Amino acid sequence: MTLTAPPLPTGPGPGGAGTGLPEVTPEFERAAARADSRRGFLMSLPAYVYLVLFFTIPFGIVVVYSLATRNTIGGTDLAGWNLDSYRRLAEPIVRDILFRSVWIAMLTTLICLVVAYPFSYFIATRTPTIRNILLVFVMIPFWTNFLVRNYAWRVILGSDGPFAAVTEALGVGRQEILFTHSAVILGLVYGYLPFMVLPLYAAIERIDGSLIEAGRDLYASGAQTFWRVLLPLSMPGVLAGSILVFVPSLGAYVTPQILGGGKSTMLGSYIVVQFLTARNWPLGASLSFVLMTVMLTATLIYFRAGGRKL
Amino acid sequence: MIGGTARPGSVTAWALSGTAWVVYAFFYAPIVLLVVFSFSDDRNVGRWGGFTLSWYEQFIDHSQLQNSLWVSIRVALLSTAISVVLGTLAALALERFRFRGQRVFDALLYLPIIIPDVTMAVMMLLFFSEGIRIAELLFGLDLTKGFTTITISHIAFNISFVSVVVRARLSGMNEQLEEAALDLYANRWRSFRYVTLPQIAPGIAGGALLALTLSLDDVVVTQFASGPGSTTLPVFVFGMIRRGVTPLINAVSVVMLAASIVLVILSLVTQRLRTGETGRSLGDRPRRRSDSSV
Amino acid sequence: MPSAVPAVGLHRITKRFGDVVAVDTVDLEIADGEFFALLGPSGCGKTTTLRLIAGLEFPTTGRLRIFGDEVGTLPPNRRPVNTVFQNYALFPHMTAEENVAFGLRMRKVSKAEIEPRVRDAIALVHMEGMEQRRPDQLSGGQQQRVALARALVNSPKVLLLDEPLGALDLKLREAMQLELKALQREVGITFVFVTHDQGEALAMSDRIGVMDGGRLLQVGTPEEIYARPANRFVADFIGHANLLDGMVTGPDQVTLTNGITIAAPSNIQPGGHVAVTLRPEQALLHPWGGAPEHHTSVDGQVEQVTYLGNALIYRVSFQWMHIDVRSENRPGGDPVSAGDEVTVSWEPSSVAVVQD
Repeated sequence: MTLTAPPLPTGPGPGGAGTGLPEVTPEFERAAARADSRRGFLMSLPAYVYLVLFFTIPFGIVVVYSLATRNTIGGTDLAGWNLDSYRRLAEPIVRDILFRSVWIAMLTTLICLVVAYPFSYFIATRTPTIRNILLVFVMIPFWTNFLVRNYAWRVILGSDGPFAAVTEALGVGRQEILFTHSAVILGLVYGYLPFMVLPLYAAIERIDGSLIEAGRDLYASGAQTFWRVLLPLSMPGVLAGSILVFVPSLGAYVTPQILGGGKSTMLGSYIVVQFLTARNWPLGASLSFVLMTVMLTATLIYFRAGGRKL
Repeated sequence: MIGGTARPGSVTAWALSGTAWVVYAFFYAPIVLLVVFSFSDDRNVGRWGGFTLSWYEQFIDHSQLQNSLWVSIRVALLSTAISVVLGTLAALALERFRFRGQRVFDALLYLPIIIPDVTMAVMMLLFFSEGIRIAELLFGLDLTKGFTTITISHIAFNISFVSVVVRARLSGMNEQLEEAALDLYANRWRSFRYVTLPQIAPGIAGGALLALTLSLDDVVVTQFASGPGSTTLPVFVFGMIRRGVTPLINAVSVVMLAASIVLVILSLVTQRLRTGETGRSLGDRPRRRSDSSV
Repeated sequence: MPSAVPAVGLHRITKRFGDVVAVDTVDLEIADGEFFALLGPSGCGKTTTLRLIAGLEFPTTGRLRIFGDEVGTLPPNRRPVNTVFQNYALFPHMTAEENVAFGLRMRKVSKAEIEPRVRDAIALVHMEGMEQRRPDQLSGGQQQRVALARALVNSPKVLLLDEPLGALDLKLREAMQLELKALQREVGITFVFVTHDQGEALAMSDRIGVMDGGRLLQVGTPEEIYARPANRFVADFIGHANLLDGMVTGPDQVTLTNGITIAAPSNIQPGGHVAVTLRPEQALLHPWGGAPEHHTSVDGQVEQVTYLGNALIYRVSFQWMHIDVRSENRPGGDPVSAGDEVTVSWEPSSVAVVQD
């Protein structure tokens, strides 16, 4: 049997001076902790340096540009910082775009909520096996190329496309909604519906079924159970889903470009225009900064409300 | 676990399952139609005119599309490789160590996920056109916008997504396993190599697939980081769409769609491995980046 | 032949986590070949003490020796000890066999040597035939055996066990207690064993160290700890004890808070606030006035009777205090019921006087 302890070291007897290593002191403990902390720091360093270089510095440049002035030839004067480009946000053209973006984003969120709630509820109330299969089929569009998914609607809504054919067949006349707000909202709903479904599903799935039964027991009416029990209990999911849909809708660029044409400019497209065609970089930079502030605020609300998933 | 309240056969139950089928149809009908029309022999992108493969042939013969496809693949692979290494290191540092500047780093690492695409795009545009000018003056660097700048910008957002996925896996891992390895005479490196790494491998694979997907999907940031010379397939296609739709775009879209689906299936497989081990639900994956992100 | 050098020697070991003192100036020597239990409630510092010995934490101050060698500053992979972790911490991606071989592989033992040693270790814990299973295909008890084999295969000088039976159900736990004890005798290695279960500690250990609030309160054999608790906490934590509060009012004499004075030998100066501890099974129940001559006795009334199956617990109240008396449930005994006037008595030597 090899499991007996190997020969004992010929160490000193009890109470004798220890061999080799010194007594442990607080200095050693601190040094060990410091070495550990250094290891962590060194491991984070490559990503840290990378993000400072290619994220923090670019962000600083955006802030600097938002304070600069556009000169007459479309260049940017960095000398003499001012808040002029932020003041321009109050001008009617910019203000209208801001309001329109917020309005479209809100409508998108509302539609997603109304569609996703019964859908998520349906998934959450299936047996675990079916539930997982149903979820997989939500995940697939969620992961599919966003540009392609928007383009698919362009094909469907286009002139002589399937949508027009269907509306004609239904007898409501040849409807064309491409390049309207409706098309943009349709595209955004299509793009962001999974963002609403997943947190809603997670929230509803977590609710204790007996609470709903208790609700049915006490109120009898299904509608009342929904308003007074189910909805309040799933509120964290409603909030998380709403933020996850509202915020990217507000900054949307690809969808309004593909489905909105030029007519329905939203904030995201307007920012891009400032850089690519209008060459008003300070205005574009200040709008980017505002957009980012809105997102950060929403994210903080999301985390405060107990959302963990990103 | 919540039980269904609607009685089977009741109006509510019918309405619920009806909604579900309509939503699934809404999800998949456009994709199916796009695939169908990519084989349609009609110059109108949305009309059936008999079967043809000519649009795919055009795609293969289209040198600019082929170039941009190649750029896309190279950018995706390179940015994924680098961000997997940096993101995994960052995840390990944040989950397993306490160090000075950790909170700042943690917050900084979240920002590329939270920040809107458009803002990130603007940052990259200003950085590469203005910041680089300064770098040129100072260090004599010559960085023209193209493959390198696209890759740099993709790494900047992919590091964060990889680290989030790997961290989720690390935090779900029993830390005692690492202690057990140390107790069994493994040094730190061998403990990582033989215990931590096999445990977090599905997380790293998931992070890599997410990074590939995000890199292959990105339009806005890439558009601002790329120069007139080379660009990625989605940006090139986006430009084509804005000039006017042709059935060729249908075919290219279906190719991109196929790539997406392959990546989804791979992710779901690694996901399955992960849920098999830790029992986490499908909803637990981090959000993907798309048109604009929270 | 056991070594005269202590297997584990802790000398004024202190561990602080920020402002929290997890282990407070602990002095402890564990002899070679001993089965030693560290016993205490959760958060008492027993697990931290074990982790200090394993090297998973470094002490803030003090000396830590294993067979005379200073090891306090060595990392865990350079200490001649192995650990059986709480919940076992088996590597999920390895088979039982690979788990057991891990330590030897890490020490670069040759393949030819690894194989027989792993086989022996698996045989030692009776896990033959399970070599190729992964941890998730093993029951809790089987995982426990693999964890033991994984540690023992390395021939550690000291085996550390952190609540090794905590995750098992009651029946299995009792069986494993006996088996663990037998295993320790077979391999002859010093076992240091952390538990919050006093029954487990009493049943298995050669000696027990009772900890609370980071301090080592008492070290002794199970008998010593049980019969002569060093303080109120130990008396209360180990087994069931009647704790009668009072004050020393003379040589070998304590006046209880209800005014009754009883004989209780101690070295404590008069005026000291103390508690007299009396184990329920040491107390005897008699009909009124029926106590033997040389016994200490008090008169009282049965307040409550609890039926335990193999025994009965009588709660006897006397002047606002009460004593629990445990008596074996034997047939033919006089039935005593609540409300009966009785006398409780005990051998004067069976009480211990403790301070807080």
